[in-house]
Amino acid sequence: MTDVQANHDWEGRYYHIDQILDAPGPRTDEGFMAGDGVKDFLRKQSKILVIGAGGLGCEILANLALTGFKDIHVIDMDTIDISNLNRQFLFRPKDVGKSKAIVAAEFIMNRVPGVKVTPYFGKIQDKDDEYYLQFNLVICGLDSVEARRWINATLVNLVDPENPESLKPLIDGGTEGFKGQARVILPTITSCYECSLDMLNKPTAFPICTIANTPRLPEHCIEWASVLEWPRVHGDKKMDTDNPDDITWLYTVAAGRAKEFKIEGVTWSLTQGVVKNIIPAIASTNAIIAASCCNEAFKIATSSAAYLNNYFMLIGIEGIYSYTFEHEKKSNCPVCGGESVSLSISREMTLEELIDLLTERQDIQIKNPSLSTPTKQLYLRAPPQLEEATRPNMFKKVSELVPDGGEVTVTAGTLPFSLSIDLSFT
Amino acid sequence: MIKIWSMKKNEEAAGKKKPKTSAAQIRVQKGAASPLLTQCVLSNIVTIDLTELDLPSTMKTHFPDPADLLNFSLTITPDEGMYTGGAFNFSFAINTNYPHDPPKVKCTQTIYHPNVDLEGNVCLNILREDWKPVLNLNAVMVGLQYLFLEPNTDDPLNKEAAQEMSKNRDQFLSHVKSSMRGANIKGVQYTNVLVQ
Repeated sequence: MTDVQANHDWEGRYYHIDQILDAPGPRTDEGFMAGDGVKDFLRKQSKILVIGAGGLGCEILANLALTGFKDIHVIDMDTIDISNLNRQFLFRPKDVGKSKAIVAAEFIMNRVPGVKVTPYFGKIQDKDDEYYLQFNLVICGLDSVEARRWINATLVNLVDPENPESLKPLIDGGTEGFKGQARVILPTITSCYECSLDMLNKPTAFPICTIANTPRLPEHCIEWASVLEWPRVHGDKKMDTDNPDDITWLYTVAAGRAKEFKIEGVTWSLTQGVVKNIIPAIASTNAIIAASCCNEAFKIATSSAAYLNNYFMLIGIEGIYSYTFEHEKKSNCPVCGGESVSLSISREMTLEELIDLLTERQDIQIKNPSLSTPTKQLYLRAPPQLEEATRPNMFKKVSELVPDGGEVTVTAGTLPFSLSIDLSFT
Repeated sequence: MIKIWSMKKNEEAAGKKKPKTSAAQIRVQKGAASPLLTQCVLSNIVTIDLTELDLPSTMKTHFPDPADLLNFSLTITPDEGMYTGGAFNFSFAINTNYPHDPPKVKCTQTIYHPNVDLEGNVCLNILREDWKPVLNLNAVMVGLQYLFLEPNTDDPLNKEAAQEMSKNRDQFLSHVKSSMRGANIKGVQYTNVLVQ
């Protein structure tokens, strides 16, 4: 296998890349091993995970393969739609309906000799910690906030203070029309995705009273159909925005509304766009952001130059504007913030005694804490009903409520962040 | 590969702000299934939100299942204004994308109010267009209570009630009173919301 791969590396194949790898430059990291050392790591040892094989993913896969990454894994749960073909250039009309991950992997392997791309057609949530631990780096080209929050929390969670290999740099790219961003997240070291959740653009929402009374735009009519009419007519039945029948129903209702108010412009595709919150994807924005992400991946994998610290944003609406800044860690971030302490207590200690202990300890100094584990509430101060429901736990032994080595999250009004306690029993 | 770990160590050694260990991080407990991870983060956020609720005596939360913090109801019993004497119920549903998405709030009774329609939809800016992840459940609840103290005719959801309120205030007040007793007004049967 090594020989076969070696044969692919014909004379001059990496001529341009090698200009960077053969000698240190003014900005190279101390650990940079010019020449064979770094080439060997990049081409023979490194393993990189690409999440998403869509607009950004296709660009990322092509860039990585061409810069010399040879062991690439790709995850995508989606299948190819005909509307993807204008920009997701690894797909052809014959591929419509097939898995994005599988088709993209095959395309790259056919086109770039010696590169192994391992696809997984499914959800990122299907994979466990073991799976994510095998990679050196993770690059995301995702379109959902939810999936980003998941992978971010997973990678932060993966960091084991005893194991340096458990820290996986996460490079996150995102685009929305002419805008985009690329960022480097070093889990537990730099600000994480959750830290910046409050700076996300929220999807455009119209005041519900405007929708109900004074529609002026075709979007108002579509929102009326989806927000007010759908639940009124269909009750609890959930709308499936991927089902053309549901979109047709919404379109018909919205068109009727538009006619009544003499509003023009309600179409089937606008209806679909509004309810799925589709922002037209721009191929060139994807190309720029993917290039930036892969550039960071290359620099981190090779130590050949300083990497992004830590947020690059691009606004291409009027001219081209870009800005790079350091997004700071949020001390009360629910994923990477908060303090943690280890505590060893007697098996016999009750929850009430533990709370007293926390209140008395000088280094913790907490007043009126609420306690919970990742799966259940132990004791909540408020609201009254939950206080009552959890009060019986006060007299139970902590060892009956929390497993040995388990985690307890403590929150209190006096703490600006949450405190997590790593419990063990003696 | 860049030596991130040594950076981390150097940073700690240099006595810089110690990289904080995450709440989620300690959860290396094997067996805690990964898909639940965001669920845990979410439940931490909601726990903080709930334990920090600072509600006046006019508002009470009720959890049908105390283990489920994501679905509950709120009862508002205004002690001033035209809705005094009523107990108004709202359902709260928090989805997994909270606090990026606002909680879904609906009135579970049929009430006569300019900003609440007969299906229970509520016109409150922070529940839709003005929601921000820095807001919390307390802000939403206080906002809801305010609607009962100061119904406003600028953002009507129940158009008839709003028109009545701005054109014929006495008539409006009497409709509020009778609707709260469970009257039928212009063909609409309202819920009796009087405090027992």
